[in-house]
Amino acid sequence: MEPQVRADLYDMMVLIRTFEEAILREYHADKKPVFDIGAGAIPGEMHLSAGQEPVAAGVCAHLTGDDAVTATHRPHHFAIAHGVDLRRMTAEIFGRVDGLGKGRGGHMHLFDPNVHFSCSGIIAEGYPPAVGQALAFQRKSTDRIAVAVTGEGAANQGGFHEALNLASLWKLPVVFVIEDNDWGISVPRSASTCVTSNAVRAAGYDMPGERVEDNSVEAVHEAAGKAIARARAGEGPSLLEVHTLRLWGHFEGDAQAYRTDLEGVPGRDPIPTFEASLRADGLLDDDGMRAARERAQQRVEDAIAFAKNSPQPEPASALEYVFA
Amino acid sequence: MTVTEAPSRRKLSTAKAMVEGIAQEMERDPSVFLLGEDVGSYGGIFSSTTGLLDRFGPQRVMDTPISETGFIGAAIGAAVEGMRPIAELMFADFFGVCMDQIYNHMAKIHFESGGNVKVPMVITTAVGGGYSDGAQHSQCLWGTFAHLPGMKVVVPSTPADAKGLMISAIRDDNPVVYMFHKGVMGLPWMAKNPRSVAPVPEEEYEVPIGKASVVRQGRDVSIVTLSLSVHHALDVADELAGDGIECEVVDLRSLVPMDTDTILESVARTGRLVVVDEDYLSFGLSGEVVARVAERDPSVLKAPPARVAVPDVPIPYARSLEYAVLPTHARIRAAVEEMVGA
Repeated sequence: MEPQVRADLYDMMVLIRTFEEAILREYHADKKPVFDIGAGAIPGEMHLSAGQEPVAAGVCAHLTGDDAVTATHRPHHFAIAHGVDLRRMTAEIFGRVDGLGKGRGGHMHLFDPNVHFSCSGIIAEGYPPAVGQALAFQRKSTDRIAVAVTGEGAANQGGFHEALNLASLWKLPVVFVIEDNDWGISVPRSASTCVTSNAVRAAGYDMPGERVEDNSVEAVHEAAGKAIARARAGEGPSLLEVHTLRLWGHFEGDAQAYRTDLEGVPGRDPIPTFEASLRADGLLDDDGMRAARERAQQRVEDAIAFAKNSPQPEPASALEYVFA
Repeated sequence: MTVTEAPSRRKLSTAKAMVEGIAQEMERDPSVFLLGEDVGSYGGIFSSTTGLLDRFGPQRVMDTPISETGFIGAAIGAAVEGMRPIAELMFADFFGVCMDQIYNHMAKIHFESGGNVKVPMVITTAVGGGYSDGAQHSQCLWGTFAHLPGMKVVVPSTPADAKGLMISAIRDDNPVVYMFHKGVMGLPWMAKNPRSVAPVPEEEYEVPIGKASVVRQGRDVSIVTLSLSVHHALDVADELAGDGIECEVVDLRSLVPMDTDTILESVARTGRLVVVDEDYLSFGLSGEVVARVAERDPSVLKAPPARVAVPDVPIPYARSLEYAVLPTHARIRAAVEEMVGA
């Protein structure tokens, strides 16, 4: 793989992690000493994606802003990797008037039409709209594609199977991505499905299915590259599952008492692993790491400041935007 | 032989008028396309798409698998990318298998995006009973759709409105749920309402969404209703006119937005209100109409309002049972007579 591609993947993963750490800090700062989920500068549920950076970085490296991404209730890593406006995304998470949805959406409902990004709080339900976006792209005779992302728990939902069937039937340019972080909130994959790899389910819809086992951004990049090239060439959809890692809780405030795999989790953090690999190949040193983190820190701090400086929406405007 | 041109008051069935509206929009706007179950060579189970496949081809008239979450969700995705899909949900009763896409996605995306993403699509769906199709194929359920914000809900009762409302629905930048009663379609295999075939202008025209129609004027009582019940109400009004009772009949034509002004003006003229609704009684359209009158100006009412609706029971199969719960001609007449003290 080209050194520059590896460096870019690293930068993206660092940016995502820096952002999620900042959100973690801001989210909890005003929820002490008594945790109140609705209180504070960032109210509501918060699902952070630390540990899953390789999936977003590896997939989105092949996309342009003309391609569509539908993400899940854990959307930040894909939003950032797909180029969603970081300032307006942050303002939306803070529920401010300059947010992507002017404070109507919140962190699970981010829409940036400039890069065709959307996400949803309902499991598997971003899959069918991605099929429709791909249909529109196909009809317009473009080489644009749609990427639909879910977690492994969603592969047991009807919407998942209906979308795969339609996309394959109509030979649409879609790449279905499953982030298998082993846990559907507190229920392990082994207790929710009879297959150990959801990639095998692709065969049921006559499309290629591949599972990347080790949460390596380079492996994701390679596998996603094949699937995306196939979609762009008009050869139809593919399914890509990545065995990734939910580094933190399902949502902030989740004590994770149910988790049986926590002991080994820190050692599986994909960012130090990737750093070690880049170091071994002479592509990264302490200065490089520091520079990458500083660049990320700057962008994230700028976005957080933008969000905090944005006013709360006027209560009198609560009824706006129901209809166009 | 000389063929004399028919006068311009050409008559069409509601189904044909609806199809004509779709076809004219498909001609005008290449982004309009149709998808759903049996909308292709079958032409729609209730003839809502007859002939469109032959005219526009399988790229624009797409038969789908029995997969409502999939294809209604796909319509949403196509709509956000600038197309104008019409997705047919064969029976409104089937919304349970796809309601998430409808109310969590189609109806909320514009709001959640702060107005930055539009979802210009139409869901067409057949509603209503009266032909022993049982509890899962006879419901109206428009109150459920209307209850959930973010989608317009239109329900035509006549061929001319069916065409004009369809054109308005397709051109609207919002999601519109277009609910057609099987009993007004003018289908050859169903007991035909005489008004289901009526004059329809040939050119394109819009019937504004959110404007009710006073389809009969009267001084004694306002019957506020929609869809097939409009025709029952008109039949009742014709009969009662012979007894000296003059009913005003208001066809709502859309639930969202609802034309409260026209309702109020009518009730202000007559002083009496009977709401007729083929949907369930409780928590629905009939209560909403009464509430709006009561909130705006209860002083216009000379008598307590009455509601004729399905009394909170699943639609029964046997004809005798089904007609006992539907808002029939007899029930409407009884409600009006009781109110005017006849």
